[in-house]
Amino acid sequence: MFGLDTKDTRSLIIVAILVVLAPFILNPFPAASAMAQFNAGYPDLMQKFVIFGIFAIGFNILFGLTGYLSFGHAAFLGVGSYSCVWMFKLLGYNVIPGILLSVVISGIFALAIGYVSLRRSGIYFSILTLAFAQMSFSLAYSVLSNPKFNLTNGETGLQVYANDPQWFHRDSLPDLPHLFGLSMRATHKLEIGAWEFQLNVGYYLCALVMLGCFYLAIRIFRSPFGLMLRAVKSNQQRMNYTGLNTRPYTLAAFVISGMYAGLAGGLLSAVDPLAGAERMQWTASGEVVLMTILGGAGTLIGPVLGAGFIKYFENIFSKINDHVLHSWFAFLPDGIEDFVVFLIHPFIGKGWHLTLGILFMLVVIFLPGGLVEGGQRIGNWVRGRKRRKSKTATKTEPAE
Amino acid sequence: MSILEVKNVGKRFGGLQALSDVNLSVKENTVHAIIGPNGAGKSTLLNCLVGKLIPDSGSVMFDGQSVLGRAPYEINQMGISRVFQTPEIFGDLTVMENMMIPCFARRDGAFALNAMPSVGGQKDVLHKAEAMLEEMNMAEKRNMHAAALSRGDKRRLEIGMCLSQDPRLLLLDEPTAGMARADTNNTIDLLKEISDQRDITIAIIEHDMHVVFSLANRITVLAQGTPLVEDDPENIRGNPKVREAYLGETA
Amino acid sequence: MDAFLLQILNGLDKGSAYALIALGLTLIFGTLGVVNFAHGALFMIGAFCAVTLQRLFSLSFETIDPSQKDFLGNPLKVKTPYLESWLGPDAGGAIIDWSVPLAILFAIPIMITIGFVMERGLIKHFYKRPHADQILVTFGLAIVLQEIVKYFYGANPIQTPAPDALNGVANVGAMIGMDIVYPVWRIVYFFFSVLIIGGIFAFLQFTTFGMVVRAGMADRETVGLLGINIDRRFTIMFGIAAAVAGLAGVMYTPINPPNYHMGMDFLVLSFVVVVVGGMGSLPGAVLAGFLLGILESFASTTWATTTLPGINQIIIYVVAILVLLTRPRGLMGLKGVMED
Repeated sequence: MFGLDTKDTRSLIIVAILVVLAPFILNPFPAASAMAQFNAGYPDLMQKFVIFGIFAIGFNILFGLTGYLSFGHAAFLGVGSYSCVWMFKLLGYNVIPGILLSVVISGIFALAIGYVSLRRSGIYFSILTLAFAQMSFSLAYSVLSNPKFNLTNGETGLQVYANDPQWFHRDSLPDLPHLFGLSMRATHKLEIGAWEFQLNVGYYLCALVMLGCFYLAIRIFRSPFGLMLRAVKSNQQRMNYTGLNTRPYTLAAFVISGMYAGLAGGLLSAVDPLAGAERMQWTASGEVVLMTILGGAGTLIGPVLGAGFIKYFENIFSKINDHVLHSWFAFLPDGIEDFVVFLIHPFIGKGWHLTLGILFMLVVIFLPGGLVEGGQRIGNWVRGRKRRKSKTATKTEPAE
Repeated sequence: MSILEVKNVGKRFGGLQALSDVNLSVKENTVHAIIGPNGAGKSTLLNCLVGKLIPDSGSVMFDGQSVLGRAPYEINQMGISRVFQTPEIFGDLTVMENMMIPCFARRDGAFALNAMPSVGGQKDVLHKAEAMLEEMNMAEKRNMHAAALSRGDKRRLEIGMCLSQDPRLLLLDEPTAGMARADTNNTIDLLKEISDQRDITIAIIEHDMHVVFSLANRITVLAQGTPLVEDDPENIRGNPKVREAYLGETA
Repeated sequence: MDAFLLQILNGLDKGSAYALIALGLTLIFGTLGVVNFAHGALFMIGAFCAVTLQRLFSLSFETIDPSQKDFLGNPLKVKTPYLESWLGPDAGGAIIDWSVPLAILFAIPIMITIGFVMERGLIKHFYKRPHADQILVTFGLAIVLQEIVKYFYGANPIQTPAPDALNGVANVGAMIGMDIVYPVWRIVYFFFSVLIIGGIFAFLQFTTFGMVVRAGMADRETVGLLGINIDRRFTIMFGIAAAVAGLAGVMYTPINPPNYHMGMDFLVLSFVVVVVGGMGSLPGAVLAGFLLGILESFASTTWATTTLPGINQIIIYVVAILVLLTRPRGLMGLKGVMED
């Protein structure tokens, strides 16, 4: 179906079902229960899942296929965000022009940055992209925000003000980002028994876009172009002596992944019309790297998993405080309870970044293939045990 | 009719004159061997032919066109394919994928943004790659990762990949270096078959005299960066100058 | 003319910091073949060594001084550092005052130990892994280190003054008949850096150890074949590079109050310095460090910032891009080093 083979069609359909039903799946606990804090089925967080999923899918097209490790992809995310807000300021709150412009502008940025950075590979490339991202951050944070020429509104962040032109704005339209009149914040609350589910317009728009992105990524992975990108990762020397020019291949991959990042940035602005420079910082670039390797670089589903995983735990960890911990460990004797809380304290709340850094190291050290590979290993191990039990001496299937 | 003309090529690395005044003419549809003791400049010469190095002086013409200043991929697209001393293949990809890449390069050129159609839909490329795998006796290994192949199979695969581009000139850099006798003989047979059955010119750099004399119908002897003599194999065998430069050193 | 020289001086202290970090990066890259994204964190840890020592020295006990009253009329609580009560107010006060320079002695063993532990405990296992993995794991380490520091020292910059004697300004132009007033500590920092850089170069140039390391940087395999245990020497070089970064951090604290993310800020620019200088070239790293520092200082003049607002924040990147486009190997890059 859709020009995909059965296996890929199946993964696309599974992802589609998960994404459509996410508001239900992610809200397994009744709204009033103590476990409700582990629910993830509210619009803000689900939007983040799919938007950062898009970001990671795009990053994976570059890093997973060609092996070029960019440390500057957050710059494209930021550029996308700013472009989208500018469309809001100039044209009005309809999200379509904003999202389109964010893809176009970030594509142009990626072309320029990629053209320079891809003159080198390996470490050099990573350093160059990092430098470019830091430069973009400086530009956005202060340089392009002065009284004479204010493109980014610096520290405050770019947002829509009452005196902005908004040429196509009509009074009948919502005064917030909308899709032809349908507000991004419109949410239908569905109460079934003790459960409450929220169906949000912004989420479903982002989810739809993500499905499209995921589908395109599958097509790219299975195309001759995707094969060439994997060949770049495997052996550039052989590429060159096979009559293939590696530079345009890597540049194309870079621009495509930059456009994905810009799209993600545009969507971030579409659901919350405020663009700040901190989206471009190196920590944001590092985060998408982590999402991709945590899920499994070079796999189709990995980056989506990684993005969901990180954003979920970021949310949970930031919410937990000492008070919550004490309530969890209340069953322990007092002294031990305090001690356990003391041990965990540095990793929660504002300590999320510490946890993230440790997670980063653990994944790189022990699980370079990410969650997908981990899952396969466990799968093989279970299958291996079953086989040993049934005493058939067949070889383990090679991991896909 | 010569397909490759090397005229007065010189190359210097710092204080070392690696090549000086090299003249070489490779005739179409022959197997031309370039031999010489270690440090004679064979590899430097080869690198000048494929665009990895640019000579300081002289000219290299392939089929009437200069190759100088062109990137390796452009030279390859002109019709020169290169086999490396240690097989250079795509280790992370399957054997079949390895074979398809040169077929795509032949069909679509140096770059094509062929990002939406699936690889499985490219019937012409699939057939061509499949046929080449058959020819190389590797069809049953098509789904193996190329890195897992034996050394001999890697060599066969690399040669097959080069052939699937239908090159006019095939350059081989010590194709049997480090091989066992049996593998060496297999490679000789393979190359013989290729040169007999195809419309192709082969230039081979080789150390192993057994390989050279079983394959070549023209031999150039390089010594200290200059061609000593260019002649037919029978005459080379008896040439005292060659014995002195080559065997004299090793004996 | 005076203003011109002043801008050069202004660039020297930042340039010194860039040069010292870039030197360490190049040493580690040249010897171990590893790109250390945690090198900025080492700089930051060095700075916090100074902070820690100053805090240790200033540990005080409280006494109530009935002779003084605070503004509410209550007897004033007076803090007396233990050091002053043990050694007398003069000696104790002097030690507290000189805590930043004294932190050099404190930081050297700590930084070398951290360097050894990092190399033996983590980096060692990544020699055979792809560069991307090395970058990622050291990047993760950098985050962990800076978050740990943030946990203990908070997110705000911590004032760590230089000794009073070195805290003022001096007219450095007097000797050449000009009037250039400049903070003393920055001059100290510059000479300190020159001393360290000179020391490293002398060490590499004139000792057998250094010769082996240089040979190893040029061709690791061959040196290995000579039966020389190159790995152990490289480990020691990692410790030295860590110490250099740490000392650069210690001495930088009076110039810029340290905070937990100063390492990453300096790291990115130091990487740019390494790229501009030429990957693998030690003189290139030093030269580019100073050049870019001075350039940044010229871009920070009022004239430059009014002509092109914000130019001071991006000038280094712009130059790096220009250098890379015209001279991809960097100013003093060697052929064949990191060509791929």
